[in-house]
Amino acid sequence: MPLSLAEIPLGGSAKVRSIEGPRTFRRRLLEMGLVPGTVVRVVTIAPLGDPLRIEVRHGQWSIRRNEAAQIEIEPP
Amino acid sequence: MTADADCHDAPPRPKRSDSRVPQIALAGNPNVGKTTLFNALTGSSAKVSNYPGITVERRTGALALPEGPADLHDLPGTYSLNARSAEEQITLDALVGLNGETAPDVVIVCLDATQLARSVYLLLQCRELGARVVGALTMVDEAGAAAPDARALGALVDCEVVAVTARTKRGLPDLVAAIDRALRVERRAVWKWTPSPALRAHLDAVTAALPKSWHSRARYGTELAGSDDAVALWALTCIDGSEHDADELVGVPAELRAAVLAQDTTRALDDEAVLARWAWLDREIPHVAHIKPDRSMTERIDRVLLHRAAGFVVFLGVMTVLFMSLFAWADPLIDGIDHGLKAFGGELRNVLGASIFTDFLVDGVIAGTGAVLVFLPQILLLFLFLGFLEDCGYLARVAYLMDRVMRSMNLHGRAFVPMLFGFACAVPAITATRTMERRRDRILTMMVVPLMTCSARLPVYTLVIGALIPSSRVTKGLLMVGMYAFSVTTSLIAAWLMSKTVKKLKAKRLPFIIELPPYRWPRLPDVLRMMWGKSSMFLREAGTVILACSIALWALLYFPRHLPEGSPDYAALVAQAPTEEAKQQVFALEQAAHLENSYGGRLGHAIEPVIAPLGFDWKIGVGLVGAFAAREVFVSTLGIVYAVGTDADAQSQPLRKALQEAKHSDGRTAYTPLVGLSLMIFFALAMQCMSTLAVVRRESGGFGWPIFLFSYMTVLAWTVSFLVFQGGKLLGFS
Repeated sequence: MPLSLAEIPLGGSAKVRSIEGPRTFRRRLLEMGLVPGTVVRVVTIAPLGDPLRIEVRHGQWSIRRNEAAQIEIEPP
Repeated sequence: MTADADCHDAPPRPKRSDSRVPQIALAGNPNVGKTTLFNALTGSSAKVSNYPGITVERRTGALALPEGPADLHDLPGTYSLNARSAEEQITLDALVGLNGETAPDVVIVCLDATQLARSVYLLLQCRELGARVVGALTMVDEAGAAAPDARALGALVDCEVVAVTARTKRGLPDLVAAIDRALRVERRAVWKWTPSPALRAHLDAVTAALPKSWHSRARYGTELAGSDDAVALWALTCIDGSEHDADELVGVPAELRAAVLAQDTTRALDDEAVLARWAWLDREIPHVAHIKPDRSMTERIDRVLLHRAAGFVVFLGVMTVLFMSLFAWADPLIDGIDHGLKAFGGELRNVLGASIFTDFLVDGVIAGTGAVLVFLPQILLLFLFLGFLEDCGYLARVAYLMDRVMRSMNLHGRAFVPMLFGFACAVPAITATRTMERRRDRILTMMVVPLMTCSARLPVYTLVIGALIPSSRVTKGLLMVGMYAFSVTTSLIAAWLMSKTVKKLKAKRLPFIIELPPYRWPRLPDVLRMMWGKSSMFLREAGTVILACSIALWALLYFPRHLPEGSPDYAALVAQAPTEEAKQQVFALEQAAHLENSYGGRLGHAIEPVIAPLGFDWKIGVGLVGAFAAREVFVSTLGIVYAVGTDADAQSQPLRKALQEAKHSDGRTAYTPLVGLSLMIFFALAMQCMSTLAVVRRESGGFGWPIFLFSYMTVLAWTVSFLVFQGGKLLGFS
């Protein structure tokens, strides 16, 4: 079972392996540059535990936990 | 890239291909300073309108080129041209000239110097489609040493790239010169990658099915095979017939849709274009931008503003200040408008003398204009605040902080701000739903915002609690708080229920991914321009409807003018009245008789059987008809019905006394505390506001949603009031 982005500890980073989930969702993430091999860092978690704030290519995004679970990762 | 150098040694300039006004489009990612650049290029000439059928704003302004003015169109900010909804599709339509749009002659693509790869991704898509592109490199000052060299970048993407700082207007003349040169360039479709044989086969099949109007010859006037391929690729990527992820595009010809759905593509093929563009970007962009931009300031601010505890405290503080200042600053202005128009109406009445025409002018037109203008202070202030918060980057953080709460009701994180403003007034709150990009999120928010306790309900609650609820001051206060809590609960439950039951509002598995842009100082001119653009659009589009409805409602409560046979001769009674006070008394009685006899009065009578199970009589019925102009009008309408004068307010003692002493024809007390409670519940839930309906019609782009809103709220109000009144009676309350 590969690790997903939702399982990275706060402050940790990882490399994207693949993106699962519906077609529109995958396309949106790939287009914003979350292509396999890209390094992602979990910067903060919102006060209520969700969503996550991630850093991708010098940009920061808010992404929900269940969506982050669709992003398979490997160690950087 | 300097214009001077070209002036000296450039060959004679080729003529522009035709003589009509050049059309220029401005495209770019969100948060790259596109609006600032648009404002700097067009000055004060910008006009805001909507694309037909959808609520995506279209901003157009005049751009001065060396050979005369051109039209500059600001396209919606986007990360990609691929689309899933009609709202997103508009960018492609406007870029290549589909579905009634004209293809622009030149496209300016804003390139964020601190987010270069991502911005260039959009530029690559434009080039594939055959747009004549000029790059405008923004945020150069912010990138500092990390800023890429514009000339090197231009060579890389083979089009001119000009570094601009819109705030100081640096680079703008160079950009204009580059646009002028681009107008004379032959159109080319440039692909930085080659499709695989498998994708090639699919592209050929779809290109063959492209309808004439989608062909480059129709769109551009020249044959451009690469552009047709790019359109086919767009169709292949975006058109989706699967049940769980179906697209919501409009205007896609049936034959094209059929051709795409006939293709059996795999996931790898689906990803090929995106991955190929990113492979190119990852290979080439590091050559021109190799230093990481400095984000330490934003990091430091976010450490506080997004902190688990401190972040929430700051958030609550910001929202409280926002909300209170909306009241504190808007109220004096609203009162000023109110008094000014009343005084003007009074003067006009003195000058014109009493006549039907005078009444029409004063009570219909001027009062109706007032009904529109009173919204203006709140709308102006709201957009001033929203513009400020959006431009500095905090609004995205609000969505991040509140998403967990809002999502539990299937609302968007950004729905928080409109819901909050619903406490002031649903009209500006509904205009604020535009900060959400998806139609489904906007509509769902619009459907529940009117349930929040708006300030127009307060006079009604004050009157009812003051007159009908016999209890201590504390209990009355608690009851008022209870009404607020009731409205929050019902709106959240309504949102959840509708997202589960109404097909178009169902929570789809759409990604909630929002950018948290770096903090930036908002530019006051940009905020003010946006504020004025949205407010004037409200006046034009919703204001006219509200005015028309006001006049219609006035006529409903004014005509017919003759009283039925057997009515007392009020003119004679006035003449006989011994004192001024007695005269006023007769006058009030005459007005009450007129109102009862008016079409609105008869409507109040006619609906009595329907509202009687709620404990209401026809007099409240007339009040409900009048309250359609605005909920607080209920109070003054009741004042007329009970002949206590035309300007009774919620504190009016004669009106309270009249309500307490009112009797049914059989001698029972008409308004018991239970009736009062039922009435408050009805007002809490009913769609008693034509202005809200007018603004929902504008924001949803049709009559369907306002009709749905009106129906569901009316049914809900009737049902709950019925349960409260009848249940209360069964339990022995009165």
